[in-house]
Amino acid sequence: MQDIIILEEVYKIYTMGEVEVAALNGVSLTIRKGEFVAIMGASGSGKSTLMNILGCLDSPTKGRYCLEGLEVSRFSKNELAEIRNKKLGFVFQSFNLLSRTTVVENIELPLIYSKRISKREVDNIYQIMQTLGLGGFQTHYPNQLSGGQQQRVAIARAIINNPALLLADEPTGNLDSATSADVMNVLCDLNHKIGITIVLVTHETDIARYARRVIVLKDGKVLSDTPSTIPLSQISCETTP
Amino acid sequence: MPALFKIALRAIMRNKLRSSLTILGIVIGVGAVIVMVSIGQGAKFFVEKQLESLGTNVLIIIPISTTHTATRGTTGTITLTVEDAIAIVKECSAVSHVSPGVRTTTQVVYGNMNWTTSVSGAGPDYQIIRNWPLESGRFITQQDVNIMAKVCVLGQTVVTNLFGTLDPVDKWVRVKNVPFKVIGVLITKGESPTGQDQDDVVLMPYTTVQRKIMGVTYIGIVLASSISAEARFEAIDQITSLLRQRHRLRPHEENDFTVISQVEFASTVIETSRTMTILLGSIASVSLFVGGIGIMNIMLVSTTERTREIGIRMAVGAREKDILFQFLTEATVLSSIGGVVGVIFGIAVSKLVSYSGGWPSLLSLPSIVVAFLFSNMVGIFFGYYPARKASRLNPIEALRYE
Ligand SMILES: Nc1ncnc2c1ncn2[C@@H]1O[C@H](COP(=O)(O)OP(=O)(O)O)[C@@H](O)[C@H]1O
Ligand SMILES: [Mg+2]
Repeated sequence: MQDIIILEEVYKIYTMGEVEVAALNGVSLTIRKGEFVAIMGASGSGKSTLMNILGCLDSPTKGRYCLEGLEVSRFSKNELAEIRNKKLGFVFQSFNLLSRTTVVENIELPLIYSKRISKREVDNIYQIMQTLGLGGFQTHYPNQLSGGQQQRVAIARAIINNPALLLADEPTGNLDSATSADVMNVLCDLNHKIGITIVLVTHETDIARYARRVIVLKDGKVLSDTPSTIPLSQISCETTP
Repeated sequence: MPALFKIALRAIMRNKLRSSLTILGIVIGVGAVIVMVSIGQGAKFFVEKQLESLGTNVLIIIPISTTHTATRGTTGTITLTVEDAIAIVKECSAVSHVSPGVRTTTQVVYGNMNWTTSVSGAGPDYQIIRNWPLESGRFITQQDVNIMAKVCVLGQTVVTNLFGTLDPVDKWVRVKNVPFKVIGVLITKGESPTGQDQDDVVLMPYTTVQRKIMGVTYIGIVLASSISAEARFEAIDQITSLLRQRHRLRPHEENDFTVISQVEFASTVIETSRTMTILLGSIASVSLFVGGIGIMNIMLVSTTERTREIGIRMAVGAREKDILFQFLTEATVLSSIGGVVGVIFGIAVSKLVSYSGGWPSLLSLPSIVVAFLFSNMVGIFFGYYPARKASRLNPIEALRYE
């Protein structure tokens, strides 16, 4: 399988006055297509910083980042925006849906910026909504949905442009455990059936067990990089709706 | 583009009160520009129309020195003669017509009706100089002047007051108990720039007014017209030197007459009304400017409030340009709605003003188009800074914004 992410000696250094904080302190790692990776670590260990760089929302201070063979660490702001649009999907802890905008319009948001709203795309939206159990909620507003449903809308939005990589920063952080399991099942279903690569940040071991590889960060460095001990994904995905 | 437009419209609809107030600022601005400019142009048109009614290329020669009348007391010393007038048209190449004149105010009687009006002596060229056509009948001829014919031509105000709806031509009126035959009626000329009713007049051969009514030999005024508007300065020079020569004035002596060009007077008035239009227009523009600041203010508030939305859009692939256009479109849509409503409002108020005040208002299409385009530009200009600020946001910080 080919490498989708290659990080070589990536640093992110924040300068606050005189003090320099290395949020990422020389991270090197490779993630292959179709992997389901969990990133763990204490608060302040650099998980979000890493996700922002992987998600092309930020550029490393130093080091190289290749995404699907493109050296995106050298890309301009505009080029990064295009990468985010075409190759990446985000799922956030706080859902980040547009509040006064309907479910359908939230999901089609990435399409607006890739100028691809055709009949086919609209059909695709309905199909994705159906698969994610959102059928019938098209014209609802996010505040009319439960947390789990909102996160599923966010997932639908993340995958509408068929991205190569799905990034989820604590996607279950705001959900109860039953709903969390629900959302995690959706994610590993996507990983299994569509083969979408997923990188997920969590500090819950239960959640990390859905992944098949766990990377632990400490002080901006990779502390450990191991296969998940009990890959829950293989068991649970069979029972996914 | 339609997607951006939809987003903009939705954002505007979301905060109806706030959007309406912002739009109101532009409405007032655009409306004020249209009202002020149309009133100003109406005034200019009004003045020009009146000046036109005075006759083109008109020069007025009066037997009074402008500088020394008071001190020398020469007001009574009448120096202008019919011969002067004849000499002017004969010898001054830049002068095409002259009409000697003399004037008195007296009562004119028809049947049991009477009317006090201005009785003016005129020559046959008076009509050409004043550019004043007849409604019916004929005008004074050289023959009438030669024989001091007891004939008169009436202005519309006199006709209305003495004859009502009757046709005055060939009727007889009495002035100081002398009967005069009405030979013609002038068309309506309206008010002069100084507000006098020009139609309140009875014209007679100047010789008739001199001998049969006033019993004098002098003339009070000579109306002349230059061969063209450009030739008026040359005409003034020629008349001045001719009259100085005829009046045997030594080089050190002041003129005992004055030559005024109607055009000069007219252009001052037109200039004044143009200045007024500009002044009114710029006052109105200030309110449009204030409306623009309102847009900027609202857009700044709006982009701050929607920082998170901007972050989300950027995360899913919006480029700087997309965010910039989104907010620019919003500002432009706001100002354009204001522009359209402002144009309607401006037209309505202009009509109302011209209707109730009797003050003419000229709605020119260019001024409406300009006001509307200007409102768009106001939107773009004042929307640009907030939009650019929004587009330069750091997506990570924007997403974290509470
Ligand atoms: N914008 C920033 N400016 C300065 N320091 C930052 C910034 N973002 C993160 N940091 C610092 O970098 C380190 C890593 O942060 P983060 O990646 O958010 O950690 P985690 O997500 O693992 O809790 C922390 O020490 C944090 O204070
Ligand atoms: Mg974090």
